[in-house]
Amino acid sequence: MGLADGYSCDREEPKIGLIKWARGSSPWVLHFNSGSCNGCDIEFVASKSPKYDLERFGILVKGSPRHADILAVTGPVSRQARSRLIRIYEQMPEPKYVIAIGSCAITGAPFTGSYSHCGGVKNVIPVDVYVGGCPPRPEAIINGMLKVIEKMRGGK
Amino acid sequence: MKPFKIPFGPQHPGLEEPINFMFEVEDERVIDVKPRLGYVHRGIEKIGESRTFHQNVYLAERICGICSFAHALCYTQTVEELLGIDVPLRAKFIRTIMAEMERIQNHYLWLGLTAKEMGFETLFMYAWRDREAVLGILEMISGKRVNYGMTTIGGVRRDITEEMTERIEKVLTHLETRAKYYKNVCTRDRTILKRTVGIGILKPRDAVSLCAVGPTARASGISEDIRADEPYAAYSEVPFRVITYRGCDVASRVYVRIDEIVESIKIIRHALRNMPKGIIRVTASQRVPEGEAISRVEAPRGENLHYVKSDGGDKPARWKVRAPTLANLLALCKMLIGVNIADIPVVIAGIDPCIACAERIVTVDSKTRKQRVWSGTELWRYANEWYQKR
Repeated sequence: MGLADGYSCDREEPKIGLIKWARGSSPWVLHFNSGSCNGCDIEFVASKSPKYDLERFGILVKGSPRHADILAVTGPVSRQARSRLIRIYEQMPEPKYVIAIGSCAITGAPFTGSYSHCGGVKNVIPVDVYVGGCPPRPEAIINGMLKVIEKMRGGK
Repeated sequence: MKPFKIPFGPQHPGLEEPINFMFEVEDERVIDVKPRLGYVHRGIEKIGESRTFHQNVYLAERICGICSFAHALCYTQTVEELLGIDVPLRAKFIRTIMAEMERIQNHYLWLGLTAKEMGFETLFMYAWRDREAVLGILEMISGKRVNYGMTTIGGVRRDITEEMTERIEKVLTHLETRAKYYKNVCTRDRTILKRTVGIGILKPRDAVSLCAVGPTARASGISEDIRADEPYAAYSEVPFRVITYRGCDVASRVYVRIDEIVESIKIIRHALRNMPKGIIRVTASQRVPEGEAISRVEAPRGENLHYVKSDGGDKPARWKVRAPTLANLLALCKMLIGVNIADIPVVIAGIDPCIACAERIVTVDSKTRKQRVWSGTELWRYANEWYQKR
């Protein structure tokens, strides 16, 4: 699709250690359903529930893109939701990280060959971490989030 | 004051599918609603035409991740009818058990989300904790927490063993006490009563004329349930009660669902004890004879209808799905007219749609055409503050 060309994956790394440390300690997440079957979405919400408790890592789920450090996208990007996804991504402050949850968000998986979506999230916006599975277990989602935190703190 | 127009949706970080509602409000009251669908259109029916009947079972599961078993069951029943297959009785019982488990997990999920819309986060945490117990059983039986992959054309893929039965019984006892506790909370807690009683009225006459289905219709006193009206799987051999309430409001929808949890537990218990022994699957041919068939299944959210047309090959010529949320959408628009802005999330959550809360709304002043963007959190805060003032 070539849509990702407009965005650069090279981010300016924050210079001050304190901000980097603070961001890595409590990243805020925005969740966007770009055409998912709800399977990944409920697993994402389940990861907030008492059994898994995503918040113990300081991760908070927020309602506004302007507050978010991480964008968690589920589902193949449907044609209708594509412009919305791009808009949300643009509204997020730098540095921003994207995590693609589920097989659909990676490649479009079972919906491959459809006329109404443009495949995985990577076709629309750059993605940092992929979490595979249909749907991935809450543990896998938490693991993905921790990978993003690692990246935030300067790891690879 | 002139009426305002408020677009509501389509993105929101909470949980459900994106949808857009255009609300016209006067002061605090909603006077007109226009829904706009299509943000999660994935072209499933068209993809289905290019895949074989057996592959489509897995595609059917992914229509909706929450009522995935209901969709897969509905699809397989349709194809079985075309093939003329007699499914083994044990498979039918396992299907019934799985369908009811799914209903329990869906209703707990819904209870949690509705509580969250009311600003009652504690209940959300409680309900989701109990939901994990159901998911544990579902995982034990099928190997997956969501999209179970259990049903297949000609039967089911996995059996329920004796050890499983013991564990299921234990969890069911726990869930039953919890459901009774929630019933107690929802009938007595002032927060819940204030936010649900008399909100989002759907009169029985409207429920019939707008073709409401499932718990939404049953909360308006309409006794319609595909499990009782047109029994499929093993429902004809299991005694159960169709729950109806006459309140016509969100509170009734809460009570219908909590009572259905208890009823589902009874169905599962009965099915486990009376399950016959035998095979769980018969082989089905790849090619399906020419013809067309429909099947109806009571999904947790209401009636689910699948239509399949075959032209004699191994791929369907046409596959049509009618999901319960679509049927309830018109009824939802009727309920929303006349409610306060603060009640919109609760009323929308009340039908258990594939959209529950609004992530963001844009207020457009019809005079100045100025737009103000509200996030879901802001709306949520506004709703709670508005109620505190009263």
